[in-house]
Amino acid sequence: MNIDKTLDAKGLACPMPIVKTKKAIEDIDSGQVLEVVATDAGAKSDLTAWCKSSGHELVDTNEDDGVFTFYIKKA
Amino acid sequence: MAEKKKTNIILFSGDYDKTMAAYIIANGAAAYDHDVTIFHTFWGLNALRKNEKLQPKKSFMEKMFGKMMPRGADNMPLSKMQFLGMGPKMIKGVMKKHNAMPLPDLIDMAKEQDITLLACTMTMDLLGLKKEELLDDIEYGGVAAYIAEGEDGAINLFI
Repeated sequence: MNIDKTLDAKGLACPMPIVKTKKAIEDIDSGQVLEVVATDAGAKSDLTAWCKSSGHELVDTNEDDGVFTFYIKKA
Repeated sequence: MAEKKKTNIILFSGDYDKTMAAYIIANGAAAYDHDVTIFHTFWGLNALRKNEKLQPKKSFMEKMFGKMMPRGADNMPLSKMQFLGMGPKMIKGVMKKHNAMPLPDLIDMAKEQDITLLACTMTMDLLGLKKEELLDDIEYGGVAAYIAEGEDGAINLFI
């Protein structure tokens, strides 16, 4: 997968991962992929719900030792 | 483009923790691309107070109220476990450890996200708060301003 931008949201607590993701997605073009790395335990449901509501596609997620990585394709 | 959804929060409380909840929801809703308004009324107005000591012309009662209420978000008490001022110190320490945003930063973030901060003028009069004592770039209104936003709000909260 081609990653066009990466957002490091590690260590940030609610609501910052979602606020920063929103800002970051404004910087990329439709069809491009944003990678978000977060450690907030709520980030998984937060970002999944946010993608569903905003229409962006959550292409893939993975979790490694408390670090969540999300790949979001801009609608 | 589809019409934006609206989130409206009435902030009645002047407690640090409840105000934090209000501002976290507001910032989250803004990230959902909602039009967000926070209506500050009664004790919730204190979140908008400037920290500096200002001396606008006031009646005796208004001066008393002004002295008894916290000047600004960072000086507000907790709704539980206040412990004569120790509580807020403790929670701010814990927040720092967990990287949670302090309330003044959440308010700055709200402004950055174009959230409308509105002060209720009727309760400003009751509590003797003057415009110059509140943050700049806020709006002023009454119940009609809330209803206008609230009647087509996707989320309406009273905190």
